[in-house]
Amino acid sequence: MTDALLDVRDLSIHFRSGAREVQVTRKVSFTIAPGEVVGLVGESGCGKTVTGLALMGLLPRGRSRVTGNIFLGGEDFAAMSPRQMRRVRGRRISMIFQEPMSALDPVFTIGEQISETLRAHRDVSVGEARARAIEALTQVGIPEPELRYDAYPHQLSGGMRQRAMIAIALVCEPQLLIADEPTTALDVTVQAQIVEVLGGLCARLGMAMLFITHDLGLVAETCSRLVTMYAGEVVEEGHIDDVLVRPRHPYSSGLLRSLPALAQRKATLPAIPGRVPTVAEMPAGCRFRPRCAHARSVCEDPQSLVDSGNGHVRCCRQEELVLPGALRGEVAA
Amino acid sequence: MTKRQIVLLASRLVQVLPVVVLATVVIFGLLQLVPGDPAAVIAGEYATAERIAEIRHQLGLDQPLWRQYLGWLFAAMHGDLSTSLITGQPVVEEVLRRLPNTLLIVCGALMLSISVGVPLGLTAATHVDSPVDRVVTTIASLGVAVPNFWFGMILVGFFALGLGLFPTTGAASLFQDPRAAVMHAALPSVALAMGGTAEIARQLRSAMIEVLGSQYVRTLHAKGLPQSSILWRHGLKNVSLTLLTVIGLVFNRTLGATVAIEAVFAIPGTGTLVVTSATNKDFPIVQGTVFVLVMIVIGCNLLIDLLCTVLDPRVDK
Repeated sequence: MTDALLDVRDLSIHFRSGAREVQVTRKVSFTIAPGEVVGLVGESGCGKTVTGLALMGLLPRGRSRVTGNIFLGGEDFAAMSPRQMRRVRGRRISMIFQEPMSALDPVFTIGEQISETLRAHRDVSVGEARARAIEALTQVGIPEPELRYDAYPHQLSGGMRQRAMIAIALVCEPQLLIADEPTTALDVTVQAQIVEVLGGLCARLGMAMLFITHDLGLVAETCSRLVTMYAGEVVEEGHIDDVLVRPRHPYSSGLLRSLPALAQRKATLPAIPGRVPTVAEMPAGCRFRPRCAHARSVCEDPQSLVDSGNGHVRCCRQEELVLPGALRGEVAA
Repeated sequence: MTKRQIVLLASRLVQVLPVVVLATVVIFGLLQLVPGDPAAVIAGEYATAERIAEIRHQLGLDQPLWRQYLGWLFAAMHGDLSTSLITGQPVVEEVLRRLPNTLLIVCGALMLSISVGVPLGLTAATHVDSPVDRVVTTIASLGVAVPNFWFGMILVGFFALGLGLFPTTGAASLFQDPRAAVMHAALPSVALAMGGTAEIARQLRSAMIEVLGSQYVRTLHAKGLPQSSILWRHGLKNVSLTLLTVIGLVFNRTLGATVAIEAVFAIPGTGTLVVTSATNKDFPIVQGTVFVLVMIVIGCNLLIDLLCTVLDPRVDK
């Protein structure tokens, strides 16, 4: 996969506290092609956000250790010095976060926060930076951008703040945007608008996006490929249409089936029993085994990510199991 | 000044008025609780009861309290803080003569506290849990715990008596002999600055740690801003509110601490003035001095408040 924009290989993240070290993600690998929108899903605590932060080099240096490679256009980002990473961040890869209020500096105006990003990476004058910032505000659909340039974060609504956050992220026209649950903190109506803005920008700027979420409905709308993570591992990876109709991993299937669909009102929603294991109680063999309805004794052996025909899956029973997915129409509604 | 700031200024001034009134009531009222009759003091040991009553009448002490208070307040508003019972000099003159000596050591101490405390706090915050941080926190705890008059005496013993670098006691006029004034003020300022330095370093450290761990600082890193810009531009502006508030508190506390320090260094300032007048039962001087000091404190708080509204866009009425 030499044509990939981002090629993550065997990314393992460890957190240190004192002399102890715990592994948070194990050998995560996936690729993103230029302009491609990939969804990264899983329950809370599966390592999605940590993976996103690692791709930005934003994990605390002293308290974390990252192994593996992050190839960005052929260069290994993981091997770069902090100085080199800084030049990549905000210019070639950008990130937006879940909580737009706390992610914006409260004592600087929206405009200042956009133009300073531009000026950190490009040699532009103050006036030019202002013009470009206003242009970015227009692109993300903020009305009266000239006025909003001088607004402080607390003067904007949640949706407008997230739009401003997106404007900061895209002002340098990065090749990849990492969106870490960008809609979770917003109203449902605003969620749809933000997703629309993001989708539109990807198409217009040819920007790739890693969409981290636990909302499979949003993934179905925006993404072309889906990566499912469970307990720090990638358990399934494949084209969105394939996974939605016929998931190969019982965990993906469980996630899809627990989506409420309007057609099935009053029916009991099938939920995945139990919760994501913590690092201390990680089961040997298949990590999903304790919660899996299809577990057999073979599942006690460690599982590896294998080719599933049109994707990858980490389940030794994938060929014999026929798992229910979610119909595309239901999810999109 | 924007329209918002003018409105804020006006509303702050209105809010300050009741504070001023309350302060004057307390200043006036407290001295009524002091046992002893000033008239008896003035009249001397062998005065007759008629003589004392006559003096009481002259001073207006036979009037009801509220009339005495209103009379005092009205005069104070016109810059008349009555006269000393002992010397007969106007109180205002006496206070204003002494005030520069006090303000010199207080301002010296404040400048020292800021110029040492801010770098210490920032260094500790950017090196959390490192040896540097531990040294700073230890120094800061010591600075808060050690009494400043004791530290002052140590300073005198070492730098003035031992090395002879500074004069041991007294003060000089800043206007007539600036060099001597600064030399005299140096040791008392250092002694006074210790507590403030520690306070500023501690508060700034914890405020900065909080800011640096915040989500918006993570965003700044994600934008690829250089570390210097994150710390000095965004970090400092975000902690400036805390810093200003602490500086205001330190100023007020330092002003109060001058009473002990002026005694140690025998500085003819307002602190010693209050102490000697109180022992002499020269109440107009005590009242007048405290009144002036309270007005300075209120003015300082008002200034800090206004600066905060300029610095933080979120502060509203």
